[in-house]
Amino acid sequence: MRFRKMESIVEAVGNTPLVRLRSIERDAPGVKLYLKLEYANPGGSVKDRPARQMMLDAIEDGRLTNDKILIDATSGNTGVAYSLFGAAMGYRIALVMPSNVSKARKDITEAFGTKIIYSDPMEGSDGAIRMVRELVAEEPARYFYPDQYSNPSNPRAHYLGTGSEILEQVGDEITHFVAGLGTSGTCMGTTRRLREHSRKIECIAVEPAEALHGLEGLKHMESSIVPEIYDPTLPDEILPVGTEAGWDMSDRLAAQEGLHVGHSTGANVAGALEVAKRVGEGCIVAVACDRGDRYFAPMKWEKHYEW
Amino acid sequence: MAVTVRIPTPLRTLTGGADEVPADGGTVAEVIESLEASHPGMKDRLCDEKGVRRFVNLYANDEDIRFLDNLDTALKDGDTLSIVPAIAGGI
Repeated sequence: MRFRKMESIVEAVGNTPLVRLRSIERDAPGVKLYLKLEYANPGGSVKDRPARQMMLDAIEDGRLTNDKILIDATSGNTGVAYSLFGAAMGYRIALVMPSNVSKARKDITEAFGTKIIYSDPMEGSDGAIRMVRELVAEEPARYFYPDQYSNPSNPRAHYLGTGSEILEQVGDEITHFVAGLGTSGTCMGTTRRLREHSRKIECIAVEPAEALHGLEGLKHMESSIVPEIYDPTLPDEILPVGTEAGWDMSDRLAAQEGLHVGHSTGANVAGALEVAKRVGEGCIVAVACDRGDRYFAPMKWEKHYEW
Repeated sequence: MAVTVRIPTPLRTLTGGADEVPADGGTVAEVIESLEASHPGMKDRLCDEKGVRRFVNLYANDEDIRFLDNLDTALKDGDTLSIVPAIAGGI
């Protein structure tokens, strides 16, 4: 697909493929649907972009030095990215995550030498955020806290990367862009870049339809700590997508397109298809955040098996 | 049977902010009915016509009810039923 030679894995981020969804788009004749495969990043997810940008920007202005520990709250993908780049660039990483994160997920980050601190599973990701804030407040000199929810380098990664790449890949053809809201970095940064295009591109933010949902990685803003980087006035539309619709679309992408993606990607494509049916013509680009294998759950007989 | 139900943050709007509420029932299904009576709207958040919604995790004490008898899982006095949310991080 790509033939590149590089000095470090850190350079392998971005330039991800854009794939047409020929089977899904048959549901909306007249519309082309494309998916940007962020899982082709070295850490396996879209979060490689903001993690790399937050680290590089902090190294450049002196916020991140070798004597500090990088600490953040993450449900997984950002943690994998920090861990990978930390190992490659020589920085120590500590992650706070709810204790009900799958064992496989913990193992991925620990493989890079990262330390995990557990927070209350009942409090979800907001509980992990509160715990990081407490730890950093106790020992501010010990840690560098990138805080992906408030760090402008997060959307900047998408402004510089994702948005520019999409315009290069589809050119003037694109009419709509669809991305889910979690930290909102993908949506904010990419939308800002697309807004600089000569013609208006509609930008649609997908969010879980309900407070209690199963679209891991996405945030129901009304019931969550709202990220500082989130500007609700930036998207043209905020589209609620139900958990079941997102899960079903993930299954369909695997079965019909050969794309085994996580549930947040399923929600993005379900949202994109809804827009496609409504507009009847155009070219819609959605984001594939990560692969589905990151969410494989242990089987019953594996649950208590430890060695 | 008097059991304690642990409520995750996203559902505390239905319990007036309480993180734990009492409920009655000898099975998970009965406890959900009891919850619905005291906190209307709860059942739809947890179940659809086929049973517990696919993304909702219910734990009888420390065990996922999918690995027990699902909605028929028996509960006794003093047991805890936990509603555990999916982990909502950030894209």
